[in-house]
Amino acid sequence: MEIVYALVLGILTASGTWLLLRPRTFQVLLGLSLLSYAVNLFIFAAGGLVIDAPPIITGVGTSDPGHFADPLPQSLVLTAIVIGFATTALSLVVLLALRGLTGTDHVDGQEGEP
Amino acid sequence: MNLWQHLPVLPILIPLAAAATMLLFAEPQRTPRLALAFASGLGQLAAAATLLYLTSDAVPQIWAQGIGTYTIGGWRAPFGIVLVVDRLSALMLALNALLALPVLVYSIARSDRLGVYYHPLLQFLLMGVNGAFLTGDVFNLFVFFEIVLAASYALLLHGAAAQRVKAALHFIVVNLSASFAFLLGIAMLYSALGTLNMADIAARWPELQGGNVGIAHAGAAILAIAFLVKAAGWPLNFWLPATYTAAHPAVAAIFSIATKIGVYATLRLSSLLGYSVTPLGGIWLFYGAIATMVFAILGILASRQLQRVAAFNVILSSGTMLAAIGLGPRPMIGPALFYLLGSVLASGALFMLTGMTERMRIMALETAYSPAAQPVTYSAFSVGEPPEPHAPDAEIGIAIPAAMAFLGLAFVCCTLLVTGMPPFAGFIGKLALLSGIFTSMSAGAAALRGWLFIGLLLTGGFAGLLALSRIGMRLFWSVTGRVTPRLRLIEAGPVAFLILSCVALTAAAGHVMTYVDSAAHMLNEPRTYIRAVLTDALEKAP
Repeated sequence: MEIVYALVLGILTASGTWLLLRPRTFQVLLGLSLLSYAVNLFIFAAGGLVIDAPPIITGVGTSDPGHFADPLPQSLVLTAIVIGFATTALSLVVLLALRGLTGTDHVDGQEGEP
Repeated sequence: MNLWQHLPVLPILIPLAAAATMLLFAEPQRTPRLALAFASGLGQLAAAATLLYLTSDAVPQIWAQGIGTYTIGGWRAPFGIVLVVDRLSALMLALNALLALPVLVYSIARSDRLGVYYHPLLQFLLMGVNGAFLTGDVFNLFVFFEIVLAASYALLLHGAAAQRVKAALHFIVVNLSASFAFLLGIAMLYSALGTLNMADIAARWPELQGGNVGIAHAGAAILAIAFLVKAAGWPLNFWLPATYTAAHPAVAAIFSIATKIGVYATLRLSSLLGYSVTPLGGIWLFYGAIATMVFAILGILASRQLQRVAAFNVILSSGTMLAAIGLGPRPMIGPALFYLLGSVLASGALFMLTGMTERMRIMALETAYSPAAQPVTYSAFSVGEPPEPHAPDAEIGIAIPAAMAFLGLAFVCCTLLVTGMPPFAGFIGKLALLSGIFTSMSAGAAALRGWLFIGLLLTGGFAGLLALSRIGMRLFWSVTGRVTPRLRLIEAGPVAFLILSCVALTAAAGHVMTYVDSAAHMLNEPRTYIRAVLTDALEKAP
């Protein structure tokens, strides 16, 4: 599972970085979104990958931490998702404003030399 | 249960409550918004001043060692989020409050009506900056960074013009990427150390074993990259000149402290880890900072626009701070903090002055305040046009006489301040830095690095002097294309206030220097900080 997970993260990051370096604002925005997925998944993995384990201690009987998933990265991911979502929405607004003000979707507000 | 216990959370709560309450009043109701903004500004100043007093040696009975902690929700230290006030935090809080009030007064004259929600956003920005200075938790630091950034994205767009929107897009993309780096660093630190509390990270750092050593160091390095993007360290600072030049002068003035939270975060983590972890400290940070200074000096010399010089000056001040942290830090931190105080106040004054000198040029009036720039913000938020037109003569307040004389005098004072010439605080800061460099060179730090730093420190001053006198000559002595602006007392007053507070900083240099030295001493003894934060945990450990 670790290998698959790492590959997914790698592909997301690589695609995100490539899109981030593109000259069109919408591509940059998509690149940021892909990067944020990769980062969120990475935080999730920081607590260790476990299957079929609840993040909250349920009964009194089992106090072995090995039976539970680490709840902290999950809460960090929640916060990071919310913040990332809000800032992405804001950059979408800025993207549209720039498109309206300059008439082009180039990140510099003007077309570069062909 | 005493009242002092809750004081550390006030610098976060006051602006939050003020901003939230402000939103209840619709945009045309300026009076209640302004009243709230002022109450909040004064409240923050009072809280910061009290914290300065409580962390000093004057009242050791309240907080042992002068370090106050506040556990949010009552969860004790390594598990819950904790706010920590030590002398460095108190100093930065006071600096923020001292800069925020003049900016607030200045923006009433005209800037706050160029767009919507100016005052709530400013309060959110202050809340984020205060929170970043207070928090003792890495993830919480990230959250406060994001609050600062979200508010500054919106403030940068304030009074939207094509140039601002373009700069804002670059600013947002760069800072979002930096935030991702921040998150990666946090996740790696957590997976290696199992904690996010700064004191706990520092306490567990020496016990790292095996593969975790590499992960933790890589995590710290990635965190440092995120901090350096915010602190404008080269080569991560190309976003800054365009952004700070495009921002409205009042916004740029308050941004001059937003950059320093990156420097603060670097200093905080670096000192807790004993300045040993590169690139949070040590030779990498030092040479990065030297490159930053060179970049800033070249930028200052190449700029023809006053606000751009001011922007590069912010980079120069960041570079100086980072170089001081990177160069055998122990004798350097105190002088660097003193330099920081003078430098932030001076760049705030310079940015606000820029707003007034720009008006001297008729061309500038026509482009910056053209009606075409308005509809984006107003229609986007479906807010009706404000009752007053945005014509350049729509400022409010009393005009001051001899506007040109004031502008010229303020310009000379700002020039002397930012370039570190006597008799202002910048000079004392630089002198203290030079003396610190000589101390650390005699203590065995590499002489080459010391001389490099000295050379750039002095060159930076002269470059600033050269660039600013060139601009001053063009602004004040050329006769063509210039109008005498009508200056209001509430615009000129804040600049004068900041300049006078720098004079006061010079006059009280002895006391301030004692305080910053004790703050630096505290940073050099991370055990005290760790013990103060983790007291409960240590006592209850078997």
